[in-house]
Amino acid sequence: MSALPEFENHKKQEIHYSTCYMCACRCGIKVTVEDNKVRFIQGNRNHPINKGVLCAKGNSGIMKQQSPAKLPGPMRRKPGTERGAGEFEPISWDEALDTLTKRLEHIRATDPKKLAFFTGRDQMQALTGMWATQFGTINWAAHGGFCSVNMAAGGLYTMGHAFWEFGDPDWDRTKYFMMWGVAEDHASNPIKIGLEKLKRRGAKFVGVNPVRTGYQAIADEWVGVRPGTDAMLALSFVHVLLKNDQFDWEFLIRYTNSPWLVVNTPGQKGDGLFYRDENGKPMAWDMDKDAAVDATQPEIKPALFGEYTAPDGTPVKTAMTIMAEKYLDEQYSPENASKVTGVPAETIERLALEMAHVAFKETITVDVEWTDVHGRKHDKFVGRPVSMHAMRGISAHSNGFQACRAIHMVQILLGSVDVPGGHLAKPPYPKHIPPAIKPAKEMSPNTPLKSPPLGFPKAPEDLVIDADGNPLRIDKAYSWDAPMANHGLMHMVITNAVKGDPYPIDTLIFFMANMSWNSTMNTKEIQDMLRAKDESGEYKIPFLVVADAFHSEMVNFADLVIPDTTYLERYDTISMLDRPISEPDTAADSIRQPILKPEGDVRPWQEVLVELASRLKFPAFTREDGSRKFADYKDFIVNFEKEPGIGFLSGWRLDENGNEVHLRGKPNPKQWERYQENQAFFAYHLPENTRYYRFANKDYLELAKHAGWVGSTDPIIMELYSETLQKFRLAGMGLYDGPMPTQEHHKQRLRDYFTPLPEQYKPLEQSRINEDEYPFHAVNQRPMFMYHSWDSQNVWLRQIMSQNFLYMNRQQAAEMGIADKSWVWVESHNGKIRVQVKLMEGVEPNTVWTWNAIGKQSGAWGLKKGANESTKGFLMNHLISELLPKKGDANDNVTNSDPVTGQAAWYDLRVKITPAAPGEEGSWPTFDTIKPLPGMKESPDVLRYHAHEPVRLVRDMKDVLTRGEKWRKD
Amino acid sequence: MRLGLVIDIDTCVGCHACATACKQWNTSGTTGPLTDYRPYGENPSGVWFNRIRHYEIGDYPNNKTINFPMSCMHCEDADCVTVCPTGASYKRAEDGVVLVDQTKCMGCNYCSWACPYGARELDRESGTMKKCTLCIDRIYDEELEEIDRQPACVITCPAHARYFGDFDDPNSEVSKLVRERAGMQLMPELGYNPTNRYLPPRLTTPIPTDDVRKTDLISSVKQWVNKAIAR
Repeated sequence: MSALPEFENHKKQEIHYSTCYMCACRCGIKVTVEDNKVRFIQGNRNHPINKGVLCAKGNSGIMKQQSPAKLPGPMRRKPGTERGAGEFEPISWDEALDTLTKRLEHIRATDPKKLAFFTGRDQMQALTGMWATQFGTINWAAHGGFCSVNMAAGGLYTMGHAFWEFGDPDWDRTKYFMMWGVAEDHASNPIKIGLEKLKRRGAKFVGVNPVRTGYQAIADEWVGVRPGTDAMLALSFVHVLLKNDQFDWEFLIRYTNSPWLVVNTPGQKGDGLFYRDENGKPMAWDMDKDAAVDATQPEIKPALFGEYTAPDGTPVKTAMTIMAEKYLDEQYSPENASKVTGVPAETIERLALEMAHVAFKETITVDVEWTDVHGRKHDKFVGRPVSMHAMRGISAHSNGFQACRAIHMVQILLGSVDVPGGHLAKPPYPKHIPPAIKPAKEMSPNTPLKSPPLGFPKAPEDLVIDADGNPLRIDKAYSWDAPMANHGLMHMVITNAVKGDPYPIDTLIFFMANMSWNSTMNTKEIQDMLRAKDESGEYKIPFLVVADAFHSEMVNFADLVIPDTTYLERYDTISMLDRPISEPDTAADSIRQPILKPEGDVRPWQEVLVELASRLKFPAFTREDGSRKFADYKDFIVNFEKEPGIGFLSGWRLDENGNEVHLRGKPNPKQWERYQENQAFFAYHLPENTRYYRFANKDYLELAKHAGWVGSTDPIIMELYSETLQKFRLAGMGLYDGPMPTQEHHKQRLRDYFTPLPEQYKPLEQSRINEDEYPFHAVNQRPMFMYHSWDSQNVWLRQIMSQNFLYMNRQQAAEMGIADKSWVWVESHNGKIRVQVKLMEGVEPNTVWTWNAIGKQSGAWGLKKGANESTKGFLMNHLISELLPKKGDANDNVTNSDPVTGQAAWYDLRVKITPAAPGEEGSWPTFDTIKPLPGMKESPDVLRYHAHEPVRLVRDMKDVLTRGEKWRKD
Repeated sequence: MRLGLVIDIDTCVGCHACATACKQWNTSGTTGPLTDYRPYGENPSGVWFNRIRHYEIGDYPNNKTINFPMSCMHCEDADCVTVCPTGASYKRAEDGVVLVDQTKCMGCNYCSWACPYGARELDRESGTMKKCTLCIDRIYDEELEEIDRQPACVITCPAHARYFGDFDDPNSEVSKLVRERAGMQLMPELGYNPTNRYLPPRLTTPIPTDDVRKTDLISSVKQWVNKAIAR
């Protein structure tokens, strides 16, 4: 072999480990750096999330770092110019922080709710939420309300964990995997790693999605369901399982509330609630005693089915009886479900029976001894190897919460939750149902809240409303409009604040959220609202602070710009207190650390928050003598304790003797160093006897309590039947002992949508428009190479796609005379857009769709005028209203969201499509070009990134002269 | 040695990770930088060694989506080498890797016309042709851990759809995969004898349902007889 030159000068290179932030997947990365330039970013093989691989986004981190749209330093809107005009002037950090401190000090001392602080795609909600709690404003949330609260809430109110960051399929053991409404997802690399494992083992992969994109490409079977009908599909599976007597009796009796007795007194107070003993314990009918007994006791023999009369004369039925009566009904038969979902009846029946076969005829066991919560030993874990994953396609509908519950119901009937081969929780989940945090409602000046702004209501008493039933939060979360809005409603903040409904605010802080563009509904009107002034000429939102690292469409509307760093330039934690990087068998958390020096005068937002908290003298950040408690973010992370022994990072803490221990322990001054030495993450591998049945696993629950993941070692009992929902429903029927709504539309919403067992109901937009006039469902997805890749407009990724199209079914388009690549008008009840069409086979005929967030406002993100994103790309957001379609009733002013959780109903959209006239080309509406910021780098016309001069490989002259005969055989 | 890639069409989800990993490594690699034209402007484009095509086959509802990564096939009978007038294009005797000597290439484009796989791209800034090097600047670098001595596209692939190895070694993973899963050449009829192979989608077997289907279906709750199961 001829000698090769030394291509890389390794002596000049340094290797650093950190955590990726090109999306929300949080993969471990190994970064090779030369002269403060990135040579290569690769996946960390030892990391629990990505195990060495990295996606298209992670591999494009260099181009995020190179972006000319990076904010150069703090700025304010130039005095005398209008908001949104894009005229800024640089200011010093001192001025920026002094301005903000003064304003916030006044708000905090007078009326803390006048500060609304909402964050976007950040992963530091434990910090931002705590900051808001210490400030004393309930007006805080992250972006979950417009993202996927339905998945979180559906899971947490049903089985104590959920899809996405709270759980995963058992990729190593599952034999049947059904994926609902997912083109790509937060867990991007784990899903890809997992699907390959399934394929290798010959497991079946079924994709349920109106569009055959993303993962559906490699699905063994594609089920092109009609948008918004997934609950019907799942409940028809339930119907088939019940009809064929295919469900896991033992699982239901031992681990769910299905044998619990439900009061059966229709039309009376208390109907539909659990029948309880004098201690408040739910009761079951014991078959040996033929009497009602405490349902939570071990060794009772509860009847799963039956109607009884309690000793006090109360008629009761088991929850399972109510469930079976409901879903055995012909309404849920495959034939009827087919009419709703568009999925053939025989397919529905076959899929249900395939799952039953795999669950019950291909049962697996893991032969490990474990102990249940009642102290009984078991010699193995029994597994039903059917698993599922669901996401945005389910959640972004106004019936998504119930649809998600319906999917979990199928999983629970099959006994496939947290068992080998099934759907597994990831620490700190599972949690008790629901998690024991109630949303704060009381505020007073200069005082922290008594509980976090966001929590989990269990009954109408927990709503955040005043004595008259009016919302207390600016986004109206936890009001009668959205009683179980566990993640808030970020998509309503601007509209509500501008209307002064429920009240005006003073300062709005957005972090990392593009709320004047792709992250808001109704983009054009929202931009107008941000500019709106009252009679006195004051902006209706008086002061708008935007913290971001890049020149987004939102930054353009800021009064004060706080420039953040990139992910390669800062310390950060992915904390067990937030949404950690755990895998089902591993509790894990991680850090980011600075690898590059920032070019601009920028600071990490974490540092800014700690600085502001110290200046504002939040109790948790201030010593008794009034001095500052934490020097900086690093100091805060090491020394802050949420409760004794529990902080942001769970690895390498200290015991009483100063030895390093994990999960719980005193602050360790060397904690950051330990993470740095251990490739930027901490992983605790659960003992084998604590990896399954964790809802009832003694050793696991004791470990979880020790680690602060759960508050008690009581078993977590899955709620097929939701008493919480029934309490709200009774409030809507005027039958509740507690707060009840006074307005008719609120009563109707509670009656119709808060059913204790999941229902298919028509998405709200569809029920308020003429469906014949708007015949198409319109949905959007994110491509794998841009999913959650929210910033910087990456040079390499935009070469893969810089324009989105409206995708239509080819045969459908042919019938309408719409040609491939032609321009059409797409119109909804809220407006119209002009877009270019592409035809395809893989979309069910009643649906059109596009890739979201490709369209950009001209001039934003360092893009030059004429960039495809602004001339041909488009947003569907213009067609979607943040309020329900107008019908002249009280619902006109109600959020376009799931009535249970407040989840933004992006995918309820219905449209009509008409060909554009000849010559009508280019996307519409168009927007003014955003001006560049002072100090921003000019975007280059040619880019030739390289970390070092190339070392060329030169062909030997002899080889040239012999025409390479060495390798030629002829 | 005959080095090349095996690409698994059964698991490729079309995520483009291999494409950007390639771009990232090679822009600072031996034939870098890989120029990007109009990076922030209209119709951005650039030099890439690996591009992913997406196809649909069959009509709705019997349609299937195929993701198809394409890069240099490192052909046994590489016409791109034969047609090169300067001797810049060559196939290494040691391992069969097809390369372009950047110091000899004059950017005449003959090789790109000769290549039926679209694997060669002209870098208009350097005036030279560039293409997949199989990460020649990684695979022999003994400073790297052995597991890292593979092309960037292979080590990054989240769906484990890419394999690198020696096709001359019958016991290599790539040789075994080609045998076991009927690995195919792309357009073999053209006669270039490409080294890279594609693994076709696996066939699936139907799941029986007769053993869980009841003949007399339950129509009322009363038909169930409670089982004595201790909680």
